[in-house]
Amino acid sequence: MRSVIDVLDLSVEEIDELIETAEDIIADPDKYAHVCDRKKLATLFFEPSTRTRMSFEAAMYELGGHVISMSEANSSSAAKGESVADTVKTVSNYVDIIAMRHPKEGAALVAANNASIPVINAGDGGHCHPTQTLADLLTIHREKKHFDNLTIGFCGDLKFGRTVHSLCGAMARYPGSKFVLISPEELKLPSYVKRNVLDPAGIQYTQTTDLEDSMENLDILYMTRVQRERFFNEEDYLRLKDRYILTAEKMKKAPESMIVMHPLPRVNEISVAVDDDPRACYFKQVLNGKYMRMALIMKLLKEAGRL
Amino acid sequence: MNIDSIRNGIVIDHISAGKGMKLVSLLELDRDDVSVAIIKNVHSQKMGKKDIIKIDADIPVNLDVIGYVDPDATVNVIKDGVLVEKKTIERPKILTGVIRCKNPRCITTTEQELKHVFCLRDDGYRCMYCETKAE
Ligand SMILES: [Zn+2]
Repeated sequence: MRSVIDVLDLSVEEIDELIETAEDIIADPDKYAHVCDRKKLATLFFEPSTRTRMSFEAAMYELGGHVISMSEANSSSAAKGESVADTVKTVSNYVDIIAMRHPKEGAALVAANNASIPVINAGDGGHCHPTQTLADLLTIHREKKHFDNLTIGFCGDLKFGRTVHSLCGAMARYPGSKFVLISPEELKLPSYVKRNVLDPAGIQYTQTTDLEDSMENLDILYMTRVQRERFFNEEDYLRLKDRYILTAEKMKKAPESMIVMHPLPRVNEISVAVDDDPRACYFKQVLNGKYMRMALIMKLLKEAGRL
Repeated sequence: MNIDSIRNGIVIDHISAGKGMKLVSLLELDRDDVSVAIIKNVHSQKMGKKDIIKIDADIPVNLDVIGYVDPDATVNVIKDGVLVEKKTIERPKILTGVIRCKNPRCITTTEQELKHVFCLRDDGYRCMYCETKAE
C-alpha cells in the first residue's frame, strides 16, 4: 500500500504530476467537486495542529468526500494508551485514507506499515511533514514558473526546522539550485543534512549569520520561526528568537522578484507590515497546501484502487 | 572445556582486539547453559592483537550481530571436531532487534513491542524510524 511519509517518497515526475493536478483544480474546481463522493478521510491527530488538520479536512470536503476525526481529548488518551499500530489497524476498517500527525519521530512509518489503506504523514515530531513541502513547492512553481537555477535563502532555525531540511532535499533534486543558509551559530544546518543531502547533489551553498546582506541575490527567502519547545533553556530561546525579524524596511533592500515564504505559524520573525507587500507569499502557501493535499489524496486513492 | 578443541560449536576468530566482550554481550552468550571461552589480546601476525570467541555448543548465532560489530571477523563451524564451514561475514544492510535507538523522541520509545531496526547508510547505521545515528 502506497503511503507518503517523506516528500522524497515522491519522485520529481510525481511532484510535477501533483502540481499539474493542483493547477487544474485551481483552474476548474467544479470538475473535482465529486471526485471523492462517498470516500472517507480519517484525520488522526495525536497532537493538536489545528491548521494542518483543517487543511486536510477542507481538501477532502472540496473533493466531495467525508472526514472523520479522533477528537483531541481522545487523541491524548490514545497517545498514552493504544498503540499507533492498533489505532490504524482499527481505523483502516472505517475509512479510505488516513492523514496522521504524531509527536514521535517515525510514527507515520509505523502507521503505514500497519494500515491496509494509504497513510499521509501530517507531521511526525521533528522528522517529516511532506504536505508542507508540497505546499512550498506549488508556491515556488506558481510564483517562479520553474524549479531550475533558483537561489533560496533559508533563515532562522535551520537546525531543528524540519520544513527547511525537507525543502532542501526536494530542491536539491533540481539543477542549478543554490542555497544561502542564514542562521545564528547555534542553529546552523546540521552537518548530516549537508553531507547526506547537499553534498551528494553537488549543491552550492553559503553559510552566513547576516540576513540583510544576503537578500540581494535571492529568488526566494524562506523564513522560519525559532521554536520554544526545542530549547532546554529559556534564556537561549529568548536570546535567539528575535535574531532575525523581517521588516518592511528590510524588504526595501530585497530584489523586486524575491518572494518571501514561511511555513506558519509565525511569531514575530516577519512584521505584519510585510503582509501587504506583493512579494509576501506565506498566506498563498496555506491555500496551495490545500490544493496539493487534494491532489495527493486523489493520487493515493487512485493507486490504492479506491477511486 | 578444553578451549583448544571444540567438538561441536562455533569459533569466531580475527575479532579486532577489544571487541570480543561487546560481541559476547550482543550475541547474548553470557548465559548459564553454554560453555563459552573468550580469549582476549591473542597475538596475531596479520592483526597484531585479536580476540577469539569459542562456543562449545550447537546454538544459532546471529551473523548480523557479528557483521555489525566487526565485519572482518571470521566464523568457523565445527562438527565432530572438524571444521565443516567458514561463514562469510558482511555488514548487514538491515539490523533488527540488536541495538536500541537512543533518541527520546523516537516512536520506538512508546510503541508497544516495536522492534528497533537500523539501516546501513553511507555514514553508518541509522534508525529506520527517526534516522538517528546509532552510537
Ligand atoms: Zn529512532
